[in-house]
Amino acid sequence: MIHSLFLVNSSGDIFLEKHWKSVVSRSVCDYFFEAQERASEPENVPPVIPTPHHYLISVLRHRIYFVAVIQSEVPPLFVIEFLHRVVDTFQDYFGVCTEAAIKDNVVVVYELLEEMLDNGFPLATESNILKELIKPPTILRTVVNTITGSTNVGEQLPTGQLSVVPWRRTGVKYTNNEAYFDVVEEIDAIIDKSGSTITAEIQGVIDACVKLTGMPDLTLSFMNPRLLDDVSFHPCVRFKRWEAERILSFIPPDGNFRLLSYHVSSQNLHPLRSASLVAIPVYVKHNITFREGSSQGRFELTLGPKQTMGKGVEAVLVSSQLPRGVLNTNLNPTQGTYTFDPVTKLLSWDVGKINPQKLPSLKGSMSLQAGASKPDENPTINIQFKIQQSALSGLKVNRLDMYGEKYKPFKGIKYMTKAGKFQVRT
Amino acid sequence: MSTNNLSYNDQGGSDSAVEVGQETTPTSSSNAGAGFGLFSTNFKKNDDLKEMLESNKDSLKLDAMKRIIALIAKGKNASELFPAVVKNVASKNIELKKLVYVYLVRYAEEQQDLALLSISTFQRALKDPNQLIRASALRVLSSIRVPIIVPIMMLAIKEAASDMSPYVRKTSAHAIQKLYSLDPDQKEHLIEVIDKLLKDKSTLVAGSVVMAFEEVCPDRIDLIHKNYRKLCNLLVDVEEWGQVVIISMLTRYARTQFTSPWREVSGGGNSETAFYESDEKKTENEDEKKSYMMDPDHRLLLRNTKPLLQSRNTAVVVSVAQLYWHLAPKHEVGVITKSLVRLLRSHREVQYIVLQNIATMSIQRKGMFEPYMKSFYVRSTDATHIKSLKLEILTSLANEANISTILREFQTYVKSQDKEFAAGTIQAIGRCATNISEVTDTCLQGLVLLLSNRDETVVAESVVVIKKLLQTQPTQHSDIIKHMAKLFDNIAVPMARASILWLMGEYCERVPQIAPDVLRKVAKSFTSEEDIVKLQTVNLAAKLYLTNSKQTKLLTQYILNLGKYDQNYDIRDRTRFIRQLIVPNEKSGALGKYARRILLAPKPAPVLESTYKDRDRYQLGTLSHTINTKASGYLELSDWPAVAPDQSVRNVEVIEPVRIHLYLYCPFPLTIQALHQGSVCVCQCLYHKVSCYFVSVCNASQDCIHNRARFVCLCRVCLCVCVLESSSEVESDEEKSSSQSSEESDKSSSQSEKSSSESDSEQKKKTTKKPPQKKTVKPTAKDRLHGFVPKKCLSRSLCFSLYTHPCPLSCAALLQVSGPAFVPEKSHDLLHRMTGKGLSAQYQFPRQPCLYQPSMVSVQISLTNTSDRPLEQIHIGDRSPTGLNMHCFNTIECLLPEASVTVSLGIDFNDSTQAANFQLCTKEDQFSVSIQPAVGELFLPITMTEQDFRQEQGKRLGMNESSATITMAAANTTSQPISRQVATVANLGVVPSGQDNIHRFAGKTASTGAVVLVTVELRGESTALITINTEKSVMGPMLLRDLKRALAQA
Repeated sequence: MIHSLFLVNSSGDIFLEKHWKSVVSRSVCDYFFEAQERASEPENVPPVIPTPHHYLISVLRHRIYFVAVIQSEVPPLFVIEFLHRVVDTFQDYFGVCTEAAIKDNVVVVYELLEEMLDNGFPLATESNILKELIKPPTILRTVVNTITGSTNVGEQLPTGQLSVVPWRRTGVKYTNNEAYFDVVEEIDAIIDKSGSTITAEIQGVIDACVKLTGMPDLTLSFMNPRLLDDVSFHPCVRFKRWEAERILSFIPPDGNFRLLSYHVSSQNLHPLRSASLVAIPVYVKHNITFREGSSQGRFELTLGPKQTMGKGVEAVLVSSQLPRGVLNTNLNPTQGTYTFDPVTKLLSWDVGKINPQKLPSLKGSMSLQAGASKPDENPTINIQFKIQQSALSGLKVNRLDMYGEKYKPFKGIKYMTKAGKFQVRT
Repeated sequence: MSTNNLSYNDQGGSDSAVEVGQETTPTSSSNAGAGFGLFSTNFKKNDDLKEMLESNKDSLKLDAMKRIIALIAKGKNASELFPAVVKNVASKNIELKKLVYVYLVRYAEEQQDLALLSISTFQRALKDPNQLIRASALRVLSSIRVPIIVPIMMLAIKEAASDMSPYVRKTSAHAIQKLYSLDPDQKEHLIEVIDKLLKDKSTLVAGSVVMAFEEVCPDRIDLIHKNYRKLCNLLVDVEEWGQVVIISMLTRYARTQFTSPWREVSGGGNSETAFYESDEKKTENEDEKKSYMMDPDHRLLLRNTKPLLQSRNTAVVVSVAQLYWHLAPKHEVGVITKSLVRLLRSHREVQYIVLQNIATMSIQRKGMFEPYMKSFYVRSTDATHIKSLKLEILTSLANEANISTILREFQTYVKSQDKEFAAGTIQAIGRCATNISEVTDTCLQGLVLLLSNRDETVVAESVVVIKKLLQTQPTQHSDIIKHMAKLFDNIAVPMARASILWLMGEYCERVPQIAPDVLRKVAKSFTSEEDIVKLQTVNLAAKLYLTNSKQTKLLTQYILNLGKYDQNYDIRDRTRFIRQLIVPNEKSGALGKYARRILLAPKPAPVLESTYKDRDRYQLGTLSHTINTKASGYLELSDWPAVAPDQSVRNVEVIEPVRIHLYLYCPFPLTIQALHQGSVCVCQCLYHKVSCYFVSVCNASQDCIHNRARFVCLCRVCLCVCVLESSSEVESDEEKSSSQSSEESDKSSSQSEKSSSESDSEQKKKTTKKPPQKKTVKPTAKDRLHGFVPKKCLSRSLCFSLYTHPCPLSCAALLQVSGPAFVPEKSHDLLHRMTGKGLSAQYQFPRQPCLYQPSMVSVQISLTNTSDRPLEQIHIGDRSPTGLNMHCFNTIECLLPEASVTVSLGIDFNDSTQAANFQLCTKEDQFSVSIQPAVGELFLPITMTEQDFRQEQGKRLGMNESSATITMAAANTTSQPISRQVATVANLGVVPSGQDNIHRFAGKTASTGAVVLVTVELRGESTALITINTEKSVMGPMLLRDLKRALAQA
């Protein structure tokens, strides 16, 4: 399966290599570098690159390429999914997954990779099993280890490996027992020039942070479970119970995890009907024009709230890739700050909160390259925003019950709506 | 490294190793990057590593190893430190040891001889009681790629394959692949191990062994037959990576074993059937469809994989999707659509693969993805390869109904700043235009408008596409051709220029005025044109010469002359060929006459096809599919067989009940019979002989907890705890119902056309229908249970309620595990110090359930050395009767004078008081000793309610009852002394009694688990009736005798 792994940073240096079978020379990465050069953007590097003797499958996360070397047929997603799991594990262990963090913890990284794959086949990828085998480095533990000579490496087979609930370790103890659930929905939408919605769908996740003693058994029920169109679960969720009763019943892993992700898109069932069932929380009025022959262009943008169920729209950030012909901009925001990078032609405007009484706007002129012809496409505007305490789809948790333990946990549920890939074509 | 081959022990050897290291290091450090400050590449600084490794301090060694690992991670050569590192392989410090393992695996191949030094350490570790250590030893041993140890590896793998720990067995499955890649000659032996491991019922092993199977012997499909149903049933419970491997193996398997569920039963090329055709064929295939019956095993596979579409692991979802695509009847494939579309939200790389698969699917079956068309709309932030895949899919999905929506969307894309993408869109428009004749004109108009676009790539692409479109219907479009001729001056892209020239030549008769003019223009710039344009120029000249030689004769000759001396030989060749063809001379012969027919033959219109058209020859989701060439190790998916091979090969002949004794949470052994047919698990308690059935995909490793008359069964799969409330019934009844149930389960498996939920509920009903086992819970127990069991379940079926409490620990808290009521301190002499030459031994019965095997009675032996010299190697020698099942203590290496040590034994007395004879040996001597247990020591106490006691007693009357009336000693007439006396004699548990004058005790025999019930009924002042009920007709009277004696004495 996975033969070797190379970590390549954004400047094209291999800063870590690991082999699970016999050693593959790092020159195999030359094929990767070739592809990297050919691609205009870092994202455009194809994930699967065939070379004469090997196949390179790579993922790009945190500006690091994780390049796996494969020698024979294997489902490419198998490798891709695994590489992403590796990144998630690093992030979990070191807080961030950067080149510096990996270099600082190179021994832990190596120990982790050793446990995660045996002969190129995944062995232990479950975070809590790994944490029992190799404890995450903390400053306190480093100090203790230096004094006592103990190590970060566990001597016993983690209980999870053999248990019926491999995602949970035994003997969990907390003084404060708490379970928090965040319902986060992201709205993906494409709005066309005239302001009508071309496509809109909601992708939701329920992220949980559960710190409960012992072996709690939780059930989470919804007021309106029918909203959830397509769901995928953490392995802890009992599927049959969901099928039969639409209740989430599970023994949670310890700590942070993603309980479920779901998809709400009623429009898909009626391809010809417009996407009216997903409420679009903001609207954009725009007027971006370039005149033929003139070296000036006009730029006007106004944002306003729409269907937000009375909640404020916060953390609004507008960004747009202006056409190559634009030399510079001279704009005035009524609130927030804006920046324009003349090299990458990226305009970004940090709006902040939208005040419905006084709508934020950005107006002014763009100076164009003299003599260049009028750009034939207006830029696409990407918008990010957050709406606290509301889930756009209207999904509501009904109740959370705990069985199996005697204490009373502290429970909390938070809702949030965010913009996912929210684009306005102008 | 040959210098230190033989002399690794002496100093000279290691010196030479360092020297060699010094020679190699400068080269390795010079090509290393300088920007890594923490671990300097300077050899001077790494020089201390060797000293650190040879120091006595673990912390120093650990630091050194960490630095070495950092070097390896950087890709630098650290092999010169091999001798120093390999010495630490047996270190006690586990982290150090692991780092040494990492190093060893990395460099063993280069330093084979030195690596051999470490082998003995691993061989020892393979026997370690800690399963993690056993497993990691096997991992490292098998990762060392040294051919000389192949036999050792083979032996280790074979041994590990029958290890108790499933984790070690999993490791051995991994080791199989490693050994196979090291020495393919071992194949036959390895297949034996694979065959054995395939039979393993642990979910942990399943994924790994199938992986090994795929690698070593993917063609040995016969090994799968017997395990097919088990694998299907275990699948949900296997870890996600294993699921992917198993699913892809089962896909291949199913294609060889089942007949095609598709309408065209003949199989094979049916996938080529066009979307529209299938409707017409429907009627004629109606009969065939009716006659097709899906194999139940085929259905089982489809049913058991379906829930995995909900997996969070994208690889699992796609592998299930491909399984459905390749195996499911056409009308069922739709279930995968939603899940695939969901994956489009995932990471960029995942999107790429998923979109590729959708692209292939959407060509064959538009209907599947059409409702989700909008999910494939392109965003400006998508990566280029994602954009073009989305275009591809949108084009495939286009039909008469949605084409207007799609074209409107395409219009936006054409204006994109990403010109490569815009060009792709134009091609897509061209494809839509040819596929859907209604919109051809509209598309053509739109493309013509694009010709006035400012961007050259867009214009050029449009020209190319228009050229192709015009070819399909040239008659009406001379306007467009003229328009394109005008554009010729402005377009510089070679492909577009060539296309225009070709158009002019092909339709020169429609534009007789313009074509010669275009030729004139291009003749002027001929020398500076690209090759492709030159070729088309020559073509155009030839065609014009044939149709309009008056105007173009000179031009043609000019061009042919230029072409004759061109640098490119293709053009020179073409020129020569054309000249011979069109200019008549004496040598040209007959061919010249046909020049017109050759050059101006009507040409078929090009078919604009998707690049994904031919990808369906590869299995979806594979690497080969992604790269569109056959990757090494790709296994072809065979066509459906016309006639299904024998189905019965998958039958597992005998349902062998798997007996597992569980004594972790339960003092009584339970037998669990896992009947894999129909996924019914039967748990049977040896004590109550009560079976509980529950329906789930199950395996033999259920954890069952039993107390009193209540079973708590924990199912690994559904993670549900099933509570079975039961009271004891007559044994034979139970057995009857047990066999009945297995019959039922057989039936249900054969009727597996039903969906899983159906059969589940059906099973549930069946279980609830069985009245004998249902009994109301006692109020107290019920109250306790209320915390866990949803009321609904309780009221529906007290007998069988699935509720959600999978935690064994808290269950254990709920149940009272019965410990011994009384442990007598009386110890018996085993070996007197005089006969034992200074070694004295005494034994006693601690009355604890034996740790080694539940059927054993545990015995504690305390050994004391009364002599004045140390006794060495105390161990157990021969024993008699020879079949005596006994767990010995580990050899005591040395017992110092006056020291004593207590060891524990487990002896299976087989429920008889026959003495266990064995030899206690020291280094010099052997002493025959024997342990004769009192009958009371062969029991284990159990707790039960009075009611249960009576019921159990009711089953053991007549021959199984022995009783006696005795005269009691005066002191023994109250309850406490009676209990104590009885408990002293026999290891029994006290049963709470409602009457003051009746005392009850219960226990079971250690070996067979037969129940023993003792009742002491006080009658009058000093007489009492002792009744013993047990099937053990020998033990009953013996116990009675002992009790009589004990109670009669003061």
